[in-house]
Amino acid sequence: MSLDRRSVLKGASAATVALAAPGIIGRAQAADTIKMVSILDQSGGLDIYGKPMVDATKLAVEEINGAGGLLGKQVELKLYDPQSTIQFYTQYATQAAAGDKAHVVHAGITSASREAIRPTLGRFKTLYFYNTLYEGGVCDRNTFCTGSTPAQTVEKLVPYCMKKWGKKVYIVAADYNYGHITAQWVKKYVADNGGEAVEIEFFPLDVTNFGPTIKKIQAAKPDMVMSALVGGAHVSFYRQYAAAGMNKNVPIASTTFGVGNEHTLISAEEGNGMIVAYSYLQEIQSDANKAFVKRFQDKYGAKAPYLNELAARSYEAAYLWAEGVKKAGTTDQMPVIEALEGGVSYAGPSGNISIEPKTHHAIQNVFLAELNDQKFTILESHEQQPPTDTLLVCDLKADPNQAKFYFENGLEAAGIK
Amino acid sequence: MTWNRENKWRAGLVVLGVIFLFAAPNVFQLFTIINMTTAIAFAILALSLGLIWGYGGILCFGQTAFFGLGAYAYTVAAINFGGSTWAILVAILVAMLVAAVLGYFVFYGRVSDVYLAVITLTATLILYSLMRRTSGPEYKIGKSLLGGFNGITSPPLNMPWDTSQVLFPEHVFYVAMAALILAYILCSWLVQTQFGRVSVAIRENELRAELLGYDIRFYKMALFTVGGGIAAVAGVVFCNGVGRVTPDVFNLYNTALTIIWVIVGGRGTLIGPVLGAILLFYLTSSLGTQAVLNNNLVLGAILILFVLLVPKGIVPSFTEWWDNRRALRTSRRKEVRMRRRRSRLAEANGEAGDER
Amino acid sequence: MDLFVALALQIIYGIANLVLISLGLAIIFGMMRVINLAHGEFLMLGGYTVVVSTNNGVNLWVAMFILAPLVVGLIGVIVERCLIRFLYGRMVDTLLATWGLSLLLIGLVTTIFGAQTSTTISAPFGPIQIGDYTSSGYELFLICVAVLLSLAVYLVLRLTKLGLVARGTMQSADMAAALGVSTSKIYMITFGLGAAVSGFAGALLAPITGVLPTIGATYIAKAFITVISGGAAILAGTASASVLLGGINGIMAFVTGPTIGEVALLVAAIILLRLMPRGITGRFFRKNL
Repeated sequence: MSLDRRSVLKGASAATVALAAPGIIGRAQAADTIKMVSILDQSGGLDIYGKPMVDATKLAVEEINGAGGLLGKQVELKLYDPQSTIQFYTQYATQAAAGDKAHVVHAGITSASREAIRPTLGRFKTLYFYNTLYEGGVCDRNTFCTGSTPAQTVEKLVPYCMKKWGKKVYIVAADYNYGHITAQWVKKYVADNGGEAVEIEFFPLDVTNFGPTIKKIQAAKPDMVMSALVGGAHVSFYRQYAAAGMNKNVPIASTTFGVGNEHTLISAEEGNGMIVAYSYLQEIQSDANKAFVKRFQDKYGAKAPYLNELAARSYEAAYLWAEGVKKAGTTDQMPVIEALEGGVSYAGPSGNISIEPKTHHAIQNVFLAELNDQKFTILESHEQQPPTDTLLVCDLKADPNQAKFYFENGLEAAGIK
Repeated sequence: MTWNRENKWRAGLVVLGVIFLFAAPNVFQLFTIINMTTAIAFAILALSLGLIWGYGGILCFGQTAFFGLGAYAYTVAAINFGGSTWAILVAILVAMLVAAVLGYFVFYGRVSDVYLAVITLTATLILYSLMRRTSGPEYKIGKSLLGGFNGITSPPLNMPWDTSQVLFPEHVFYVAMAALILAYILCSWLVQTQFGRVSVAIRENELRAELLGYDIRFYKMALFTVGGGIAAVAGVVFCNGVGRVTPDVFNLYNTALTIIWVIVGGRGTLIGPVLGAILLFYLTSSLGTQAVLNNNLVLGAILILFVLLVPKGIVPSFTEWWDNRRALRTSRRKEVRMRRRRSRLAEANGEAGDER
Repeated sequence: MDLFVALALQIIYGIANLVLISLGLAIIFGMMRVINLAHGEFLMLGGYTVVVSTNNGVNLWVAMFILAPLVVGLIGVIVERCLIRFLYGRMVDTLLATWGLSLLLIGLVTTIFGAQTSTTISAPFGPIQIGDYTSSGYELFLICVAVLLSLAVYLVLRLTKLGLVARGTMQSADMAAALGVSTSKIYMITFGLGAAVSGFAGALLAPITGVLPTIGATYIAKAFITVISGGAAILAGTASASVLLGGINGIMAFVTGPTIGEVALLVAAIILLRLMPRGITGRFFRKNL
């Protein structure tokens, strides 16, 4: 592995030399606006995630500009819609970094899209924010991952639910990297809390008939189901589960249900009683959040989507970056990175959020909530949770020159089998 | 190969392509060049389908299977070999082998028409389902993990004689453009050989070709295999342009898109699919930079209008228009000549009359 | 034993589900040789009709049995008049046209209703007990509806004047026209009927699936594969292919898990078409509809 990685690195560094030059020249011509680029899917299958994120990002930039901008300049937001296609991510990232000379890029929903653009933005030395909850493990000095990771949410959710419902857990997850890794974390925390994961089942993202699995769950007789299902097709699981009367007998907990606003796509009686864990929910009862929700709904009116973690975090990340720029006194990549590492924090709708310097992940609040009548009720909140999963593998203080994704192929790097 | 009008056109296009190859990096900005590499990859893929569908009548609804296999085989092989040269060869061979096996399976089973389309589509979707679930350390080929849904980072191309000399993005563009031109020349040559003409005969009427003594099964399989090889080249270029290969290359959207390129460009031509792919690539990519209207809405409306207004595809419609114009011009020229002659005659007569 | 019964019911439901999502496509393809790539969106529109109208206080059954087929059938007629009728006999161009249509419909629904629309409906009837197991009563209902719907389509095509004329038109449009049939009208009605059946199916599935503008993509490949594997006969083909593919999918999904279940369905389709290059009804049940 070392040999080919070296040759890859060589390629990357050679490319850096070739590509950095025009980038630097371009940026030297002082622009009168600060350029922020957002690359998020507004059409295609991922638009249920992308659209609220874009809406929230727009609101944040509008507010920052309304309050006088950054460093006396206005922030210019440029939106690209990759249409749920990977090659457009790479393309727009190149365009943003080399063409638009963006000062910061907020982009990516799936891990695949993030991994497609991360090397490009690193090569062009363009600061990168990834604001989606994901499996954890990215270790890259140029990249800031502000979403929650499994150790922050699963670690809290599993013991709470096991205490409430019992120790036999059935895991259903989407059949791709995120699902596999989340399932591994769930299994670990179930075992840590003295429970048993009776079965783990994975579903391709386009499955809509969950009948055979529901029968299997009935045969296994678990105390609870832990779901890491993702996307529009998988909403069918919750509906068919309820249609078979299972939601009354075996309750469901999830770290993914609600983030695509699934709870509005199923009826109240189908969803009641489900428990989720996120670092933000629209129903948080703080004044800051109530004001944020009101501003958002005023701007988008009747069509305003539910504000989930992805949307709120896109909003907060824009502010977090702005705080970094303010502290650094410049928009240049390295000073802003150092400012963010140096303990910049932002008190937003979800509470206080700051960057953990070793991993460039967020230290954030985590909330457990129960679904009632298509609305969440907060059950517990956990203040200032560090990204303990990524901390197991990543230390950018000790080795700043890495740009790896440690959990790309499972949790071996963290020593979890 | 005869020096007919069609070949003059083709030669002209090749010359244009070569000029573009050398001029583009000096004219355009680097990021434009990088993005062009992806467009060229799609153009090669469209060309491969244009060949087997337009000239062999094989409606393959899963050409991306070979495209994706090429990209994956290249990436896996390059990681294992620590160099790209042999990996390209492996990619082409793997795709051609799979195409030959699948081709044997369907053509010797006499599957054709929409039934063939469904088999090829299904084959692609199987690859999609399987590749998506290969996340985890247990799924690897040699030193290369398969990476599941997130895919694998593709090693960049290097000089054939030195694996440490990695190509810069603008050099990858040269390779991509050269590959497109060579593939185009190969296809142009192939369709004029005996083999190509028999393929066209089979497209026109299978039964007649068979009664003339040709083993249509073999011809179809061979053409299909060549198409698979060209699609694999496209895959290699693609994963060098994007820097990554993910199972998405096998999904329904991409495989249908390939068909759309060929229809838009025009079947039965070689340059048509190439133009169709490039045109739609730039159309969708420029749509992505606007946020006023939903992209699907705009693209859908454009395609519908297109099919109603340009029913034969760009290139055949253009050729028709050109021919008509020329025919009109020659007939008009003839007419002018006639008129002149007539007036000259009249003049002569008149003069004669005057004399009289 | 309980498990066996519950599982058998589940597999039958899987088959019924496949019949429902394929039938509209089968009518349009089988009768008119139009490959409708916007079929998934017709299903989606049926689902959307139910979600939007129930949100506005319409009774679920009215929305499902009356509004959805009506609305989507009407959309089908409009599509046929404005687009498809220019493309008869040009199967390849219909691919492009219906692909464009599919994108247009997704874009239109997203633009009008947003990326998602919340819903208030859930599956009627509640669960039914089979020993230790429970099954969804609504799924049982859907099995019945799938059978009845197939029967209704059969009867319309076989016994009514319209069905006779339609079948005649599809076999020989010139002859039908010579006999005084307005073939253009027949095409319009057939396409509208196919769309209405798709819309109805989409509506039936609305209470037990996620209804999103982009959801059509999850159905189209499976419907397409089922219809073509079935071969030329609309009903016998779709039914037999659904039984075979749905059965294999259900059993494999239970035994090995859903991913292998999906792959098994695809592999079965490939082998089937290799053995029967004109689909199931190219070899068996030839005389059927």
